[in-house]
Amino acid sequence: MISLNKRQKTVLVSGITCVILLAILVSGLLISNDRIVTNLDARNLPPSLTHPFGTDWLGRDMLIRTLKGMSMSIGVGLIAAASSVMIAVSLGIMAATLGRVVDGIISWLVDLFLSVPHLVMLILIAFVLGGGMKGVVIGLALTHWPSLTRVIRAEVMQLQSAEYVQTSRRLGKSRWFIAIKHILPHLVPQFLVGLFLLFPHAILHESAITFLGMGLSPHQPAIGIILSESMRYLSTGMWWLAFFPGLCLLLVVRAFDLIGEHLQSFVDPHRANE
Amino acid sequence: MRMIFSFIGRKVLRLLSLLFAISVITFILISHSPIDPIQAYIGADMMRVGPEQREKIAENWGLNEPPAEQFFRWGSSVIQGDLGTSMIYRRPVTEMIHEKFLHSLALMIIAWLLSGLIGFILGIAAAMKKDKWPDRIIKGYCYTLAATPTFWMGLLLLMIFAVWLEWFPIGMGVPAGVLTENVTLADRISHIVLPAFTLSIVGVANVALHTRQKLIDVLSSEYILFAKARGEKGFTLLWRHGIRNISLPAITLHFAGFSELFGGAVLAEQVFSYPGLGQATVEAGLRGDIPLLLGLVIFSTLFVFAGNLLADLISFIVDPRLKERKPV
Repeated sequence: MISLNKRQKTVLVSGITCVILLAILVSGLLISNDRIVTNLDARNLPPSLTHPFGTDWLGRDMLIRTLKGMSMSIGVGLIAAASSVMIAVSLGIMAATLGRVVDGIISWLVDLFLSVPHLVMLILIAFVLGGGMKGVVIGLALTHWPSLTRVIRAEVMQLQSAEYVQTSRRLGKSRWFIAIKHILPHLVPQFLVGLFLLFPHAILHESAITFLGMGLSPHQPAIGIILSESMRYLSTGMWWLAFFPGLCLLLVVRAFDLIGEHLQSFVDPHRANE
Repeated sequence: MRMIFSFIGRKVLRLLSLLFAISVITFILISHSPIDPIQAYIGADMMRVGPEQREKIAENWGLNEPPAEQFFRWGSSVIQGDLGTSMIYRRPVTEMIHEKFLHSLALMIIAWLLSGLIGFILGIAAAMKKDKWPDRIIKGYCYTLAATPTFWMGLLLLMIFAVWLEWFPIGMGVPAGVLTENVTLADRISHIVLPAFTLSIVGVANVALHTRQKLIDVLSSEYILFAKARGEKGFTLLWRHGIRNISLPAITLHFAGFSELFGGAVLAEQVFSYPGLGQATVEAGLRGDIPLLLGLVIFSTLFVFAGNLLADLISFIVDPRLKERKPV
């Protein structure tokens, strides 16, 4: 048995988790829509070897539907998390560097976004954009930045008062030089960790809003839609329709959480070798 | 006392500025929405409505006026406490929100108290047994819960307790086909158990993890070391030196979680078709009921604000360090 230190373990676990998530994403993209065919002979089958997740009331294989839904959710979640991180980084840096007025405005914006329940805001945005995929993606992308913005603002402020930054400024280095050489490198880990820690929120909200029926059309295989459809059949005892897709969603969210946590302890030397 | 009033005064000013901004932004957003309010109002009968009738409705609602004027009209009636009339329910929005909120409030209070209590106890248990198996189990449980979609948890409970064990009804706030005056308290309770349970299970994780961390910090402090040196241990130690230090942050955090509570209620109500505010929000969004949606956005903002204000007030009143700064 080879013993690994904490860093090696971290890399290993995150690597494996990443590969699994990528596999789900890719397999969902590769499976063509022809595989989700109506097959009335195989209706309402409980889970078995040929259909591990069972089949639904139209005889469609739930495993394939779940995979497709999951890969779409991961895609939407990634877009949303990435754009929210971008917004958070730029607003956080602006708040910390551009003086008190800008700082005040951005703090006020953060408060504004945090003062409406997140789900209500998502419903509002989806409604305003007329529903559909576009409404969901834009809503998710525009609403996940406030908490990360606060973190980054605090981080940049702290960096600015650091001695080496002060020294650099006295030596006559330009603001641009300080921003690129001194501040940005410290934000890269925040950026990465933020991306992975925002993702679970984004994907849970995505599934919630599609579950409520605000998002995608019923033909698209999103996890939220699969689950909301399954509600009509639960009273007949078809538990597998809801159980497996939800479990997959839970595992994917947990996987991203895990990567985020590992990355966080990986970039933080104090915690890396605990 | 003066401090508290000026504190509340500042908070209320802040609330007014936020509310104003939110109503302006929401109004602008909605007036640019591609959804036609007349079509949303009439629904499937759209084919039978001629252009003249459309014009009349538009005129009646003031849709032909510029948005600024519309906002001014809406805003001035909002200040007088009139949020307009809901299109889908054909009743005043304030009345709707009042009625639905009472339903949701029962649900949210039960869930909020339960999740706070259970979370606090779990957090303490985990911290007292740090790195031993109870801690591992509780931590794993909380991380899993934090990753669980609320509505899926609701579906699971529905499958187990309503479909399989048949202990509770499948949904709705009251039994179907029974007149309002015949609904008993027992009926209401049996209908509220599952949604409240769903909501409280999901709310546990946050409080538990936070309490655990706080108590671990407290337990590693020097006064605890000193107390231990005097021979105190176990529950006495926790009761004398731990509880007070960790309860305040937990209470504050729990009050500040009203936003998530509201979001969770929306989902839980949808799963159990419980007729509360959450369901009204979804209906308003799906069917384009603009006055109701606007009213609900404003109301939910007030709700979240109330939670944050209570959190601030409690720490202001309870924490002696904040009190001592009071001028004599």
